[in-house]
Amino acid sequence: MAEQNISAQPSGGGIPAQSQSGAEEDRVFVASQWKLMWWRFRKHRVAGAASIVVAGFYLVAIFAEFFASSYPREAYTKLSYLEPQSIHWFDDGKFSPFVYAMSGKRDPATMLKVYTPDLETKVPVRLFVRGYEYKVLGILKTDRHLFGPTERDKMPDMFIIGADQLGRDVYSRMVYATRISMSIGLVGVFITLVLGISLGGVSGYYGGFADTVIQRIIEISISIPTIPLWLGLASAVPKDWSILKVYLAITVIISLIAWTGLGRVVRGKFLALREEEFVMAARLSGASTPRIIFRHMLPSFLSHIIAATTLAIPSMILSETALSFLGLGLRAPAVSWGVLLQGAQNIQAIALFPWLMTPALAVVVAVLAFNFMGDGLRDAADPYAN
Amino acid sequence: MITYLVRRTILAFFTVFSISVIAFTMIQLPAGDFADIYIASLTGGGQRTGMLSPEDAVEVEKAVRAKWGLDRPLVVQYWGWASRMVVGDFGQSLDQRRPVIEVIGDRIVLTVALAFTTVVLTWVMALPIGIYSAVRQNSVGDYVFTFVGFIGLATPDFLLALILLWISFAVFDFSVGGLFSRQYVNAPWSMAKAWDLLQHMWIPAIVLGTSGTAGLIRVLRANLLDELRKPYVVTARAKGLPEWKVILKYPLRVALNPMVSTIGYILPALVSGSVIVSVVLSLPTLGPILLNSLFTQDMLMAATIVLLLGTMTVVGTLLSDLLLVIVDPRIKLG
Repeated sequence: MAEQNISAQPSGGGIPAQSQSGAEEDRVFVASQWKLMWWRFRKHRVAGAASIVVAGFYLVAIFAEFFASSYPREAYTKLSYLEPQSIHWFDDGKFSPFVYAMSGKRDPATMLKVYTPDLETKVPVRLFVRGYEYKVLGILKTDRHLFGPTERDKMPDMFIIGADQLGRDVYSRMVYATRISMSIGLVGVFITLVLGISLGGVSGYYGGFADTVIQRIIEISISIPTIPLWLGLASAVPKDWSILKVYLAITVIISLIAWTGLGRVVRGKFLALREEEFVMAARLSGASTPRIIFRHMLPSFLSHIIAATTLAIPSMILSETALSFLGLGLRAPAVSWGVLLQGAQNIQAIALFPWLMTPALAVVVAVLAFNFMGDGLRDAADPYAN
Repeated sequence: MITYLVRRTILAFFTVFSISVIAFTMIQLPAGDFADIYIASLTGGGQRTGMLSPEDAVEVEKAVRAKWGLDRPLVVQYWGWASRMVVGDFGQSLDQRRPVIEVIGDRIVLTVALAFTTVVLTWVMALPIGIYSAVRQNSVGDYVFTFVGFIGLATPDFLLALILLWISFAVFDFSVGGLFSRQYVNAPWSMAKAWDLLQHMWIPAIVLGTSGTAGLIRVLRANLLDELRKPYVVTARAKGLPEWKVILKYPLRVALNPMVSTIGYILPALVSGSVIVSVVLSLPTLGPILLNSLFTQDMLMAATIVLLLGTMTVVGTLLSDLLLVIVDPRIKLG
């Protein structure tokens, strides 16, 4: 606790107040840039909470098999469009969570399936139950899942947020979709980063003709409405490509336009820095251009790039969701949040089966978390500013 | 001023040219050339039988190839396509068997109208909220607007449209889709129809405008806060001007610049968003047609729409930049 107090105080701008002791002042003066940033970032409570949420999302993405309660492509057709099941926590006054087995009948008037709980058959629900077999990280074989029903022959799954048209568990599919939706942001941002730093760097460092050309390209890309363009390019992706190929193609299509924002940031920084004395000193000492760029200039605004990158990820996630939602991005059997939302595209589906919209919640929470985290990083990125 | 105008116009033309190149590339992307797809669509590829006999097909194929010069180099083809576009010949829609212009004519007007309404609505909402948030900084109202703004920024338009669709259906039991009441859908244009359109327009406009409004409020609030701390505001207050006049007369005018300059990047986002929102809310704009033409591989139609949407955006951005120069005399030209 004491440790936290000491480190939290000087982080308010880097210049300690008069009243603080000499030891604390020394701590600030000798602290590295990254340490100052860390102190500053930690003060940002919302950003801290957001980072935990983001970390949680990636944890779910990595261990999706464990968090899912059933195999995402397993279709229990008898339970098509089953509404979310409620978990009963107490059985006869004792804590023993269970769900009722469900059986459906088609209503002759509306042709919709109506489900009634079978009050005789209680299926216990436990943590760390056995389910389908999988490999953790592709290595360790196991069949344990975070939670699920124990007697899968009576009730194959819990369906805590219902089932889709084919009777697949929406919750498990959402968990699996986290993998594609969250990683497409990372892969896309990586491509964006490479394009943004190299083109923005050339533009800012060399200036002149290259700068003019790259700036015009950026100006033009910014003024083109992206979605129609993406749709056009994405529709050219052959239908018989594998999931991985489509995934890469979509990522590249999105990144081709998204790099411009980062390119502008990098260019601005290079423009400002190339006149600095330390760059001139490096040049006069005979450092090569790549060395000047990567060893001297880049580290001085790496923090800004990290912040800009964090803020670019959510727009990637949204782009993929939008494309897949319209049916021109990833296609089934791939599962991403956008693919899942395809089921909620028309008014009938939304009105009758509103739980199909839950993946939207995951999108909004993930995007919000990334935005708050990026805001915090941006504030912390410049620890010497007051 | 003249130099600036010329420079901006040239850049705008160059942008439209780039978009047209991209759109043309889109036509080339699917396997087989335009004539192959056209003939396949006419002979039905086994599905639509009896539309064209094989002998006629060869003739038609020849004619199509001749008309579009498909055997010539790509540059020549592009030139032919682009020059026909300039004089208003958008070609034939493969899917609907009508001239493209006939299919999308009305929809262009509605798309422009929707974009315009959204921009106006964005301003009308952002202006008072932005002023309030700046003048009453850190009040409860300010926090509420900030929070709602963040959610508005994070929620993609089409999700908002979906949620709105669901709420209107579940709570109010009416459907918000479309831009016209049933009796006006196919009616000729009249004052009553225009009024009906306005009544339907505000829902999609709100859906589309949310993220733009949220962004604008943030910018306006930050700018106004900067201005309010400047000495001339104190002077105005010391002279005994009423508070509303102090704010509206000077600092607001300075803080207003971003309102105009942000149209430049609100517009592309807005046109983009309108494509998806139109699909969800089934609005008769260019969006659903674009999507449909992409699914049916009606690439000529799709390319035309992409080019039109792009051109609209570029023109809108150009206008807003010129407006900015007029509003703010401090802007250096050149």
